Amino acid sequence: MSTLSLGGGRTIPAKYVPVMVTACLFAAMFLAGGVRYEGFATGQIVLNVFIDNAFLLIVAVGMTFVILTGGIDLSVGSVVALSTMIAASLMSGPGWPPYVVVPLVLLVGSGLGLVMGYLIHAFDIQPFIVTLAGMFLARGLCYTIGTESIPITDPTFTVFAQTRLDLFADLWISPSVVIAAVVVVVAAYVLHYTRLGRAVYATGGSEQSALLMGLPVGRTKVAVYTISGFCSALGGVVLSFYMLSGYGLHAVGMELDAIAAVVIGGTLLTGGTGFLLGTVLGVLVLGLIQTILSFEGTLSSWWTKIVIGLLLFAFILLQRLFSARSRL
Amino acid sequence: MRRLLWPILILAALLLVNVIFTPGFFSIQLREGHLYGSLIDILRFGAPLILVSLGMTLVIATGGIDLSVGSVVAIGAALACLQISQDQGVLVAVALSLGLCLLLGAWNGFLIAAVGIQPIIATLILMVTGRGLAQLITDGQIITVNEPAYKLIGGGYLLTVPFGILIVLVVLAVTAFLTRRLALGVLIESVGGNAEASRLAGIRARGIIVMVYAFAALCAGVAGLMISSNVSSADGNNAGLWIELDAILAVVIGGTSLAGGRFSLGGTVIGALIIQTLTTTIYSVGVPPETTLLFKALVVTAVCLIQSQAFRDKVFRRRGGTAPPQPVNEEKVRVST
Repeated sequence: MSTLSLGGGRTIPAKYVPVMVTACLFAAMFLAGGVRYEGFATGQIVLNVFIDNAFLLIVAVGMTFVILTGGIDLSVGSVVALSTMIAASLMSGPGWPPYVVVPLVLLVGSGLGLVMGYLIHAFDIQPFIVTLAGMFLARGLCYTIGTESIPITDPTFTVFAQTRLDLFADLWISPSVVIAAVVVVVAAYVLHYTRLGRAVYATGGSEQSALLMGLPVGRTKVAVYTISGFCSALGGVVLSFYMLSGYGLHAVGMELDAIAAVVIGGTLLTGGTGFLLGTVLGVLVLGLIQTILSFEGTLSSWWTKIVIGLLLFAFILLQRLFSARSRL
Repeated sequence: MRRLLWPILILAALLLVNVIFTPGFFSIQLREGHLYGSLIDILRFGAPLILVSLGMTLVIATGGIDLSVGSVVAIGAALACLQISQDQGVLVAVALSLGLCLLLGAWNGFLIAAVGIQPIIATLILMVTGRGLAQLITDGQIITVNEPAYKLIGGGYLLTVPFGILIVLVVLAVTAFLTRRLALGVLIESVGGNAEASRLAGIRARGIIVMVYAFAALCAGVAGLMISSNVSSADGNNAGLWIELDAILAVVIGGTSLAGGRFSLGGTVIGALIIQTLTTTIYSVGVPPETTLLFKALVVTAVCLIQSQAFRDKVFRRRGGTAPPQPVNEEKVRVST
């Protein structure tokens, strides 16, 4: 029942199947791209996906925590935009140094998440609505700070934006990827080796049971939204490395990308099941879809949307078919 | 009725704020055979949102959610305007466009009921693809139409009343009849309570799920016709943008739980009116456009807090005796076949 048997008597626990399906589909997409386009099947293409989507990966990690408890956070895109806006305006206007600005931005993001988590837990309001209000609030704050794009000229930020960390054999990554990798590793440790992680899975599995077991359900819920807020703010900082500007219209609709990445990675929106590795794969898949579209080249912007939608559909359908079969 | 008490009070409070800033707010006049007045405007401009929210109410009642309605609004508007600009009859154009919307809604329902994809993801697919489709239909342009008969839908009047308001009243009456006088409403609520148990009890849960998504898309299509007819053009990029969020907000403010299992059509209409009145209030109070979203966020938070039992208990300190039993956090039971 709970295992998928592979020919030679070896079995894979059912909980790993969605992640493995995603991994296989990613590999298949990569191979297909390699066959179709010249210069596609190189390691740098995968690394470029990481470089271009480091901020999305960080945000999706926060989203994974929230979705694992059975909640949802619609505010992440706006918080990312707000973070770039606060950072840019404080550095360009009063000329605050980055080592003050960055912690401040992270504090604001975590604070917003904390308040939302508290509202959800203490007053029993649905997460969808609270974070929707949070989305309006953060976006509104952006426009209140300014409606124009603010360039970032701070030397520390530009160094972060331009540094290439060389790996072996002509491969390179940006410092943002290192930040994202650290976030992923820390988050994976927290989810699988700490009490908080256990409580997150338990709350998502069944809130009533977790409560009856004496787990701190309320504190866990507040914690995951705070984590998501922190990750969004950090994602915003990384995005401002990438864009070198603060703008109220940055990251519009990013919450949907983050949710899609988490779901493609095999995490159930009802909570309780899923892995961080799945989220990483989900971000990779979304990024690879975009890479393939850019290799294709001639698509107009509406065809891009249609193709992304169709690929998303094909992907979820395939995953659904594979994991449905494994449950038989 | 008790459930509707808070939404009604909030709506009344918002209207009162308007009266303070605009003294003649409640006056309704008859000019050139048309009804005029701020209240009429709220109803008229709120009509598309009310329609979309009505469809969303039934979807949410089954425990689902439909993120694609905004894109369907754009597709409906784009196809109708394209047909009319190619000298098709208005009736043919409207029928074609609504037919396509029904089809898209049924597709959503099929993905959710038959394939078993989670509603938020299934409709997310159409939300992304649909925006592209709408732009494909209009070829990335804004199609303008100049057809008096089409203009009637969103901007015209019939028997002194704006036509859009009449459409809403008809849809509301039909929906209320179907769901509250016939068994359909109970069936929808039972599917929302537990789809698997309903199926075992002999309810065609899948058929009902497909039906509510088709209905939601149809409502969105009509809303799309209204919006495009009111401005005499179809914009594939911006028509109905983010209307799904407003609609979900309206449904929740109206007292329908996102968990599914029960719904209130009256509450939804009031919820949609609250959101539309809020938009009007923002203009009449003179909130600068940059802070509009901020203002909206604060009001939404306040509205949700006031509606929360836990918040009321903490702030207003109930005094013994009459307190209703606390709702128990219901857990859904999954029955496997």
